[in-house]
Amino acid sequence: MMKIDREKANEIQELSGVNTKKCMKCGKCSASCPSYEEMDIKPHQFVSYVQRGEIEPLLQSASLWKCLSCFACIERCPRDVKPGKLVDAVRQMVIRERGGNHLQEEEIPKLLDPELPQQLLVSAFRREKK
Amino acid sequence: MKEAKYSYFPGCTLKTKAKDLDYYARECARALGAELEELPEWQCCGGVYPLGSDEIATKLSSVRALNTAKEKGQELVTVCSACHHVIKRVNDDMAHQEDIRTRANNYAQFKEPYQGETTVLHYLELLRDRIGFDTIREKVTHPLTGRKIGAYYGCLLLRPSEIIQFDDPENPTIMEDFIRAIGAEPVSYSFRNECCGGYVSLKEKELTHSLTGKIMESASAEGAEELITACPLCMYNLKQYHGKDALPVHYFTELLAEALGIKPSEKTNGEGA
Repeated sequence: MMKIDREKANEIQELSGVNTKKCMKCGKCSASCPSYEEMDIKPHQFVSYVQRGEIEPLLQSASLWKCLSCFACIERCPRDVKPGKLVDAVRQMVIRERGGNHLQEEEIPKLLDPELPQQLLVSAFRREKK
Repeated sequence: MKEAKYSYFPGCTLKTKAKDLDYYARECARALGAELEELPEWQCCGGVYPLGSDEIATKLSSVRALNTAKEKGQELVTVCSACHHVIKRVNDDMAHQEDIRTRANNYAQFKEPYQGETTVLHYLELLRDRIGFDTIREKVTHPLTGRKIGAYYGCLLLRPSEIIQFDDPENPTIMEDFIRAIGAEPVSYSFRNECCGGYVSLKEKELTHSLTGKIMESASAEGAEELITACPLCMYNLKQYHGKDALPVHYFTELLAEALGIKPSEKTNGEGA
């Protein structure tokens, strides 16, 4: 039996500003997602999980770190649900917990190369670390 | 023609890895009768817009930049796609989200509250809406005749269109019109506004490689011989692709500089500012 966590589901809806009830399950978000194949939980499924209050699988999902923040699903959603906002809100929820950071400073030196732009580092830190 | 003055937010990468984007933007603006005045003591925009409804501190650097431009009575020009995206969205928050506006102003303590008064312009908007592509066409001394150029828009310039209001998010034309204005031939292709992988390329090299491959293959199949971008991160990701369809990538400001006779034809040694 999947654990239902209404409190966290509400928190995610508030942080993201997303009303999951408006979703008509057309799948345009997932069809548009450049990372679709890499995601264990697909963008359209994020909406259903939050709707049902099944939050734990979302907190553990690899999709949080595969989302490119490209806003394709946000732009193309015909119902103004915008699943990318849910993905981002769950990601925020994870990194705001103690020990929840996905990126650590110590990892950076081995990931650097001479061409790598500063923009990449500031963006990655803002998305993956608190 | 009277020279128009604009506030200018270069951003972190234009001062370092993307000096060509910055240097030619300034030089070309001057040649076209616009002066870009760099904001004093600007701070990094953070690279990504913080989506969370309770995020305030992460928006303050943009608010300060916007307020400085307001105090100078100038429009605020950015060149980097990410800076443009972040600052335009924060500006929209300051104009329309009362909670964010109040809290940000409480924090910043400006002489008078900032309420989204500043107009934010991407450099391409400056070219299209203030200078005009017709004027640019007249000022071109070295037209890039015969060059087949694919515009790579990526994500941040276009989306979300209801706030960014830059161009049609699915069928944009601004970069193609720019390419025509400098005398070259625009090549349209289906992946021009699909993501290059963004910051995820820090760790997910294979994913980025697959995405940039699709972009290059799509552009190459339509006959593009080179690509232009406005974004240093797109530039980096696209250049990491070395497959058979890999095309040369330039900042759009470099080609503008070539067409205006400011930059010798083809890539220089990267010395700029």
